Amino acid sequence: MSNTVAAASRPEPDNNYLTAGYGLKSWLLTTDHKRIAILYLIMISVFFVIGGLFAVLIRLELLTPAGDLVSSDTYNKLFTLHGLVMIFFFLIPSIPAVMGNFLIPLMIGARDLAFPRINLLSWYVFAIGGMTTFAVVLFGGVDTGWTFYTPYSSTYSKTAVGLTAIGVFITGFSSILTGLNFVVTIHKMRAPGLTWFRLPLFVWAHYATSLIMLIGTPVVAITILLVFLERVFGVGIFDPALGGDPVLFQHLFWFYSHPAVYIMILPSMGVISEVVACFSRKRIFGYGFVAFSSLAIAVLGFLIWGHHMFTSGQSIFAGMVFSILTMLVAIPSAVKVFNWTATMYKGSISYETPMIYVFGFLGLFTVGGLTGLFLGALGLDVHVHDTYFVVAHFHYIMVGGAIMGYLAALHFWWPKITGKLYSEAWAKLSAIIIFIGFNLTFFPQFLVGYLGMPRRYHVYPDEFQIFQVLSTAGASILAIGYAFPAFYLTWSLFRGKAAPANPWNAKGLEWTVPSPPPKHNFDTIPVVEEEAYDYSRLEEEVV
Amino acid sequence: MSEAHSGLVAHQFETAEQQRETANLGMWSFLITEVMMFGALFTAYGFYRTKYPAAFAAGSDHLDYLMGAFNTAVLICSSLTMALAVQAAQHGKRKGIILFLLLTILLGGVFLGVKVLEYADKYEHHLIPGIHFSVDSSYAAQIELFYCFYFAMTGLHALHMIVGITILGILVALSHRRRFSTDYYNPVEMAGLYWHFVDIVWIFLFPLLYLIGRS
Amino acid sequence: MLSNIQILPEVASTMAGKVDALYFFITAVSVFFFLLVMLLVTFFAIRFRRRSEDERPKPIHGSLKLELLWTVIPFILGMAMFGWGAVLYFDMFTPPAEGMNVYVVGKQWMWKIQHPEGNREINELHVPVGTPVKLIMTSEDVIHSFFVPAFRMKMDVLPGRYTTAWFEATKPGKYHLFCAEYCGTKHSQMTGSVYAMEPVDYQDWLARESAATLSMAQAGEQLYNQLGCGTCHAQEGDPRGPSLYGLHGRAVELLTGNAITADDSYIRESILLPAAKLVAGYGPLMPTYKGQVNEEELLRLVAYIKSLNLDTEDSTSEPRGGKELEEQRNE
Repeated sequence: MSNTVAAASRPEPDNNYLTAGYGLKSWLLTTDHKRIAILYLIMISVFFVIGGLFAVLIRLELLTPAGDLVSSDTYNKLFTLHGLVMIFFFLIPSIPAVMGNFLIPLMIGARDLAFPRINLLSWYVFAIGGMTTFAVVLFGGVDTGWTFYTPYSSTYSKTAVGLTAIGVFITGFSSILTGLNFVVTIHKMRAPGLTWFRLPLFVWAHYATSLIMLIGTPVVAITILLVFLERVFGVGIFDPALGGDPVLFQHLFWFYSHPAVYIMILPSMGVISEVVACFSRKRIFGYGFVAFSSLAIAVLGFLIWGHHMFTSGQSIFAGMVFSILTMLVAIPSAVKVFNWTATMYKGSISYETPMIYVFGFLGLFTVGGLTGLFLGALGLDVHVHDTYFVVAHFHYIMVGGAIMGYLAALHFWWPKITGKLYSEAWAKLSAIIIFIGFNLTFFPQFLVGYLGMPRRYHVYPDEFQIFQVLSTAGASILAIGYAFPAFYLTWSLFRGKAAPANPWNAKGLEWTVPSPPPKHNFDTIPVVEEEAYDYSRLEEEVV
Repeated sequence: MSEAHSGLVAHQFETAEQQRETANLGMWSFLITEVMMFGALFTAYGFYRTKYPAAFAAGSDHLDYLMGAFNTAVLICSSLTMALAVQAAQHGKRKGIILFLLLTILLGGVFLGVKVLEYADKYEHHLIPGIHFSVDSSYAAQIELFYCFYFAMTGLHALHMIVGITILGILVALSHRRRFSTDYYNPVEMAGLYWHFVDIVWIFLFPLLYLIGRS
Repeated sequence: MLSNIQILPEVASTMAGKVDALYFFITAVSVFFFLLVMLLVTFFAIRFRRRSEDERPKPIHGSLKLELLWTVIPFILGMAMFGWGAVLYFDMFTPPAEGMNVYVVGKQWMWKIQHPEGNREINELHVPVGTPVKLIMTSEDVIHSFFVPAFRMKMDVLPGRYTTAWFEATKPGKYHLFCAEYCGTKHSQMTGSVYAMEPVDYQDWLARESAATLSMAQAGEQLYNQLGCGTCHAQEGDPRGPSLYGLHGRAVELLTGNAITADDSYIRESILLPAAKLVAGYGPLMPTYKGQVNEEELLRLVAYIKSLNLDTEDSTSEPRGGKELEEQRNE
């Protein structure tokens, strides 16, 4: 490679991060960002399966209008745990803690993150938070919804809210530590010559994400802690009986939890930028606009929390301010979609699995983003707020957008992470199944939502059944689609062909080191002399 | 590479300079998260204070502002001794570090001791929300709300003090083992930043809780 | 069978058609942009597919013109959606002056509704078509949300304060009433029906159901006397408490020097938390009535105090301080 000193194909297959130590201790006490990424990968995969099982039960229950499979209490616990697990234990850590952890140091030419021990600590904090929340299931579950609205959560619920609150509070610190590590790493650890505007957009996206983690997470942590204090010690800051205002909780909660949506989607957008450039062999169209739109989303994301509360009794004026800002945040997202599309113009496009996921992402995220406009428009939101329309919208963003991006990333960097190639045929098949299953699951929910079916309903009027049946049918297809990768990816670990250093002919420093990368990433820190995605200078390599 | 990996510079860094800057930025980032955490409480407090000004003023009246003022003075002194400890570290004066750290710990301890006296006083006067609260006033509930904030905010602050004292204790032990030199005193400097931050939080808490609106 | 599937809820209020119009507008914009992006992606993916491994497409750095184009057009469309939505929102939460009031109390897991005439219903609401109906709502426990899809109307129902919403039904029929804010175990069974009726039928219904009951204001008056409120709040005023005649809707000067409009929430707060907003010239003598009156009874007291306005309208004396304060507020 012209841009680096590091040799691309160093013949040291036995000296990679995976073979640098074998005992359990060498994993559980590792400070290597790559191993910590693997630890996270295992953890969040388990949580994804658990969260998915809750979803399966929810979908089965909703097949019929009557509550015949589970009781109302159980149903309420199911959707609460589904939301909690998927959001706090899968989506928020998914791309940052796995892919970001693994790739950021490699992409910026560093030997590790700035604070490797804090990185390990964040995994342990995450594990403890996860176990605490898991213990909640053993203590009978929790039924407040993942939103913990007071005064239901603080006074009325009879379930293990306190323990859940502590679990979420602890997990928050894992997120803060990861974000802190990324911000400092991106600022201080870049290789010589790697200026801000030569950074891969994946890194920009993670920088924006990390800012949200740093600034937003402490607010939700203290808010959830206040709910805990109110519940356990009667410190009633949101208690209407003391003159407390339960709506204040909503403000504090959404101050984090709206930007949290961007914690989930921004990293995914970063992945899309990398993949679309690689498989179009083109520089990202409008690099600067895509980079700054990430920051714009992060900043605007903090100013629009009130759009979750248009019917909560906040003033009409506040509603208008939040609505206008919500419309503004749609613009940087639109800018990104247009730039990715334009990147393909006059490119050299090939259809490997990661690119198939990008096509899926573009379709689903566009629908998710556009339906956000329905919810941002005040008078219309009053009708669709807290209905299945919202459920469909955020699943299109968080599953259609974030998980599609996560799967694109997993397939794109799998050869780098594991050193193995997976089966393209199976991978493409599962991508298509996921796309079809997803749309069948969630598109009917837009319709039933506009018809007026409220979310979090265990039993519902008969006329909504047809949509729920379609949705459940789609969910079963989706489940099959998600199960496939578990098999062919695992299979590739044992039977897959060895991956070369750069199987996709991609640009970026992570592809200049062997697959899997050596323990300390780079023998000599590379010097960067070119812009990101300079595919015109791609050299022919032996694949 | 020459400077790197001499033992004082961790493997991921190229130079000691890079390591120091990194630690600095990390600490400031951490302090931003702390500002946001306390900020949420301050915002909520401000919201209720404007909603129930009379009740919150009455709540302030039950606090002993002399104890609060004394504690403020104690913390300001502790910030001075902390700054002196950092200065001693910059000059490689090991005994200075230990002396000033111990003084800082002592002052922190005095602060917490006074806080315990105040809490005990509140207990005797039945001002512990949720557990034991009774006030003879037509807006007793809102005064209870004030005390919810009082305990949540000073409690969180005290927790930070305890963490700070623990960290300083560890630094004393490390310094005793000659771990710091003019080339390497990051941990002392970082602990200093943290300690000053915790002091500043109190500088805001004291007037907000004890002084504003008291009669 | 498929032709029977509805994809729009019934249009049964003055607002419903307007909300649907905005829905169609945003749907049209969305479909256009979705198809645009999808067609471009598909076209590029096929037209520029990789034909040989040696392809090295020329890099394109971007185009300021295009970036501006796809920033400005979404901006204009976004602002149009905002403006349209905001106008609707403003109308939805600005009830017309005429029309009738209905009082709603939500509790786990039922809707308790009172009509000014004294009729009380549970999980049912009868209203006439063609008359704006203003809902004054509160909750006894957790947050609920009053949602009638056919009216495109939804408002959260909060403990500790009143929220309001209004609608004007246009088509007689029976419509779903849902609780839209998750409120615990039987959230999904906190449902009911709204019956929109021709005005004559509504009058019949009122007469049929309320023959034996007192109106809300009368019930409130009974309670008022029972609690002895009149002892201090005499019609002509009393050193201990201000007169409540003509109070509702008037600007009140507070001890703190601020003025506040005496609305439903202020009256409610003053009963439960008398010292919170003392009227200028009066001491904190009134005890709290928290725990002695429940939310429904509070609404009756509010209705009674409101009814005292009607009695004073023909009296010559202007409510004390009202004029001057009104002028001050206008300045």
